[in-house]
Amino acid sequence: MKWEMVIGLETHVQLATRSKMFSGSPTAFGASPNVQADAVDLALPGVLPVPNRQAVADAIRFGLAVGAQINSHSWFERKNYFYPDLPKGYQISQYEEPVVKGGVVTFDLEGVPHQVLLTRAHLEEDAGKSLHEDFHGRSGIDLNRAGTPLLEIVTEPVMRSAAEAVAYARTLHQLVTWIGICDGNMQEGSFRCDANVSVRPRGQVEFGTRCEIKNLNSFRFLEQAILHEFERQVELLESGGKVIQETRLYDPERDETRTMRSKEDAQDYRYFPDPDLPPLCIDAAWIEQERTALPELPAALAQRLQTRFGLSAYDAGLLTVSREWARYFLTMTEEGTLDPKLCANWMTGELAATLKRAGLEVQDSPVSAHQLAALLRRIQDGTLSGKMAREVFEILWQEGGEVDALIADRGLSQVSDNAVLEKLIDELLAAHPAQVEEFRAGKDKVFGFFVGRAMKASGGRANPQQLNELLRRKLSGS
Amino acid sequence: MNLDDTSLRALCAGLRERTFSSEELTRAYLQRIERHDTHLGCFITVDPERSLAQARAADVRLARGEGGPLTGIPVAHKDIFCAEGWRTTCGSRMLSNFVAPYDAHVIQRFNEAGAVILGKTNMDEFAMGSSNETSFYGPVHNPWQTAHVPGGSSGGSAAAVAARLAPLATATDTGGSIRQPAAFCGISGLKPTYGRVSRYGMIAFASSLDQGGLMAPSAADLAWGLGTLVGFDERDATSLARPAEDFSTQLEPSLEGLRIGLPRQYFGAGVDPEVAQALEEALRVYESRGARLVEVDLPHSDLSVPVYYVLAPAEASSNLSRYDGVRYGWRAQQYGDLDEMIARSRAEGFGAEVKLRILTGAYVLSQGYYDAYYLQAQRVRRLIQQDFLQAFEQCDVLMGPTTPSTAFRFGDKGSDPVQMYLSDIFTIGVNLAGLPGMSIPVGFDGQGLPVGLQLIGPHFSEARLLAVAHGYQQATDWHARAPGRGEKA
Repeated sequence: MKWEMVIGLETHVQLATRSKMFSGSPTAFGASPNVQADAVDLALPGVLPVPNRQAVADAIRFGLAVGAQINSHSWFERKNYFYPDLPKGYQISQYEEPVVKGGVVTFDLEGVPHQVLLTRAHLEEDAGKSLHEDFHGRSGIDLNRAGTPLLEIVTEPVMRSAAEAVAYARTLHQLVTWIGICDGNMQEGSFRCDANVSVRPRGQVEFGTRCEIKNLNSFRFLEQAILHEFERQVELLESGGKVIQETRLYDPERDETRTMRSKEDAQDYRYFPDPDLPPLCIDAAWIEQERTALPELPAALAQRLQTRFGLSAYDAGLLTVSREWARYFLTMTEEGTLDPKLCANWMTGELAATLKRAGLEVQDSPVSAHQLAALLRRIQDGTLSGKMAREVFEILWQEGGEVDALIADRGLSQVSDNAVLEKLIDELLAAHPAQVEEFRAGKDKVFGFFVGRAMKASGGRANPQQLNELLRRKLSGS
Repeated sequence: MNLDDTSLRALCAGLRERTFSSEELTRAYLQRIERHDTHLGCFITVDPERSLAQARAADVRLARGEGGPLTGIPVAHKDIFCAEGWRTTCGSRMLSNFVAPYDAHVIQRFNEAGAVILGKTNMDEFAMGSSNETSFYGPVHNPWQTAHVPGGSSGGSAAAVAARLAPLATATDTGGSIRQPAAFCGISGLKPTYGRVSRYGMIAFASSLDQGGLMAPSAADLAWGLGTLVGFDERDATSLARPAEDFSTQLEPSLEGLRIGLPRQYFGAGVDPEVAQALEEALRVYESRGARLVEVDLPHSDLSVPVYYVLAPAEASSNLSRYDGVRYGWRAQQYGDLDEMIARSRAEGFGAEVKLRILTGAYVLSQGYYDAYYLQAQRVRRLIQQDFLQAFEQCDVLMGPTTPSTAFRFGDKGSDPVQMYLSDIFTIGVNLAGLPGMSIPVGFDGQGLPVGLQLIGPHFSEARLLAVAHGYQQATDWHARAPGRGEKA
């Protein structure tokens, strides 16, 4: 029997706000334990939550970016459970009415357009961390993360392959970083996925029993965990077993998932509206304000790059992988004199490779968009050959500087002056009469010898095309 | 020092004119506390050095001619308000070791006004109780009859004011916790409109009902302090921004044309005849001053107690989850694992009434019961709110008994919690509707125990309530009576 996989994803997107969801503490990653936890985060007696306006604005922007409905009237509930790193004994989340309803994420997978429907996106606060290792045999609690704002984005169970789920997650990651609501740092947990996976015989309408795999914080783990879980469920069913609804944890070391808790011990969270927080009301004016602040989205920009600059869909996709890449490209081309294709080639070629080697992001590139544009301008006007341009690029990368000054100072400009080149060739021919004779006797190979000598004599600066032409003319004796 | 007139107006004048210093005044009150409080149990924590340091700082301000109406005035604070450096117990063993590292908004306002923290007053554990018998720190005795309860949960503040151990006290009211003890102790108490007083730093019992307020002998004293108590606070998302008001200049004593609504449901069976009698006389005073009595209807008022005892425990069960022994507060000595540590710390740290309410609250919020209890109670709560709003179309204030009877004896309502809960039957509706309410003394029963008259106004009508109460107190002297403890009021 052929099995079909059904996947839905829940993604916790950590919002890049300066302060926490309900307190004024900073949200920066990596501080010493508990220094970023104030009275509210510690849940001291008497403290109260106040919603972070920016987090709500971020949720609105996300909703607009995926064409969702922004709920004019939503509210916060308390999810009650005891855990040492949950200071209040409840998490403030949204249950009945989320701030964002519906929406769709679109992407191409191997050239085929896909759409993933979203169920909802809601605001909530993160818990702290329990540190069970290296703590003198005891457990430590770090509340720096407690109260960090999260947007939980939930899809419908519409994905049918691990590749599709990964493509969705990558597109979502691109989108939330693009619109500036998340720093996208997966190692630090800013973007983490839970995958709901079930299988059913192909053609069956009803869903199978699903398992939820928690805390997948890389695209690779996401893919491996889904594939592994699919195999596990198929094996189970084919051997006559039953899938039990449960939460499982993926262990990337062993490439397996294991039970965290089954549905039988599912807790009753006793959700109820948080009486400390009035309903979250969002009026049309606020939504419009966020719409105005929203940048052009990656899909729209990629389309524009194709129609306006004549780039291929592939190149347009590469250039819109992040907002910073797109900005770099747009800065280079904004003057309007550079060939967009040349810009695209250099960005996706030399620049991308050099950044990757250095482990840098484009926004940290030592060579700015303006510098690269100046460099390419000198290719376009014939001052530099491609090879020389790469040399200049290397100098710019290592030492910085201004392109034209570098060319002048280091004598890097191409020699395109016919008089200079002719003089050089005349001298060369005079110095090698035997080889001239050989050429004229039909030994064409000798041509290469002259090109090499001439290039060397010019210090590698001779315009190769011109040199070829002149050399051939002179050798032919005309 | 001679303290014949302890009205805030007089004390403030004395301080301004340097008749006495804040330090002298504070010492005088501390001496009264030392002399009488061993019998009464009003205070959980007194810290004379801290208080006197504040008093001396106030004296510096006063000497410069600075300061406002409360500068240098000693104020007793219910031990539900966090005050930096002060042990803040909320009447519970759970917080017996908790020294607050920050000031509640209310405390901050009083500190900034130059008031002196006289001490932290006793209360029912986590404000859950109507007799002050649930305090981990022992009962408070009614200064009028020490075998009787002072009411609760703000029993310490009420008894302290009644015994003249403090000229002014803060308190909180979730279902009557200001008005009921004020009635039992023969003083004036005000619970403002929900949202007027920041709840930041006020330890939560039931967030949608809790509201800070004041207790003092007279309405004029309450008006003197109210401007400091109220005010918008961005740290409380339910705090409401209102224009500042000077309540003490709005005490127009004229009652001419005032329409007093008498809810039919507040005057039926169940009200002690002596209470009814005192009330009757108070209403006659109002009539004689030109007020008009109108009978009104609050058809759902009999549902207020059951609604309250669904909603308040539901919120409390969640609000009290933070007391887990992990970060502060009581932690059990013996435990095996994390779950046991939390369970034992809570089992040992909370008293019986608190546990009862946590269990009730967890039950009404649990799957399968949520709709039938919690949601249903929320629906009825709206009906109760509607009742009040409709009644206010016919009248300016509502009046009735604060409590069905006068202060009961210790242990009288011990075995059946519902009997205790019913003593709040007239006060709870006000909290459910978020309205301001007051209690003022209007006489005594045959045992010499005070009777309270409750005044209820529309939202934000504190100034009107105070004026209406003041009008009565201009014509009577019940508010000036103090229990005989060898000192004149």
